[in-house]
Amino acid sequence: MSDTKTFVYINRKAPYGSVYALESLEVVLIGAAFEQDVKLVFMDDGVFQLTKGQNPSGIGMKNFSKTYAALGDYDVNQIYVDEDSLKERGLTLDDLQPLVYEDEDDDWAEKDSIKLVTREQISDVIESADVLLNF
Amino acid sequence: MKFTIQISTGPYTHQASDTAYKFTRAALDAGHEIHRVFFYHDGVNNATSYTAPPQDDRNLQQLWSELAEQHSLDMVVCVAAAQRRGIMDEGEAKKNGKDGVNIAPGFQISGLGQLIEGGVQSDRLLVFGD
Amino acid sequence: MSTLHTVNKSAFERNSLDTCLSVCKTDGSVLLIEDAVVSALQDTGISAKIEKAVDSGIKFFALREDLEARGLPEQRVLDKITLVDYSGFVDLVTKNDRVQNWL
Repeated sequence: MSDTKTFVYINRKAPYGSVYALESLEVVLIGAAFEQDVKLVFMDDGVFQLTKGQNPSGIGMKNFSKTYAALGDYDVNQIYVDEDSLKERGLTLDDLQPLVYEDEDDDWAEKDSIKLVTREQISDVIESADVLLNF
Repeated sequence: MKFTIQISTGPYTHQASDTAYKFTRAALDAGHEIHRVFFYHDGVNNATSYTAPPQDDRNLQQLWSELAEQHSLDMVVCVAAAQRRGIMDEGEAKKNGKDGVNIAPGFQISGLGQLIEGGVQSDRLLVFGD
Repeated sequence: MSTLHTVNKSAFERNSLDTCLSVCKTDGSVLLIEDAVVSALQDTGISAKIEKAVDSGIKFFALREDLEARGLPEQRVLDKITLVDYSGFVDLVTKNDRVQNWL
């Protein structure tokens, strides 16, 4: 597609304390219909958006974390998680949901959508962007 | 160049709407095109017609409405964000059983897709927020 | 192919400038706007970090109108930071290939 652009979404805030995690995800889902190249970056407190076992019923909010697992079905499978941010926050990849997608170019083999990256690699992701969305 | 501007915070509480306004004006003055101004998250609150700030201070809603009229700007308020925060046009008010319409002139309620479309069609997309 | 990074929060309030610098390429530019302009002053806890970034090739700018608003005179801004106005802001956006707005 001659007009395909690379959209990079930068997520840096924890979920529930503000609306940004939810409303940024809503943009990603709507954006899927436009068939652009989509990359998601989770860094700083944004890494908390992907934790397993979220249960916001006690704070009276809707649990939208299950939606991340559906991203693979929307062709959103380039998800970059900053390893420094995880380390700084006492987290490992095991604390995050194992997001996967089915690779149509590889006999629908199930693959990991999450790539653990360095700041240098995030820098490269930013430089690959045509459009950068921040929340 | 063609710009799409996203505004993520409401008027007065944060500087974002003011900065976005100043940037938009500077871009227009330099001969650039504003493809769309998209109000998301609390940014939808810039579109309320019920704002009544003190006379000796700027009226952000009026500034945006006037700029839109002067330059035929496409100013979009995200429908989902607007529903959450209570910005209604006639259609939304009817649909949601509300007895008032409070969207200011120059603002249109539309879908989140308009933000993505803005990114696809524009040369640059900027986000002004908190 | 360079990136313009804008930062709108003070380095003393939020980590946005830090995060920005950790991913800014040496051919990138950083523009401080809104409260972030307080980070542009001389002799702050972040001055050395900014000067080191400039020495590595990163161009640093601050929005003049935001400094003036906050009563911060130009003479007290780091020498390595160039002041621009809103039309300069627009120019920076068009001269670079993409914009990353750190919030």
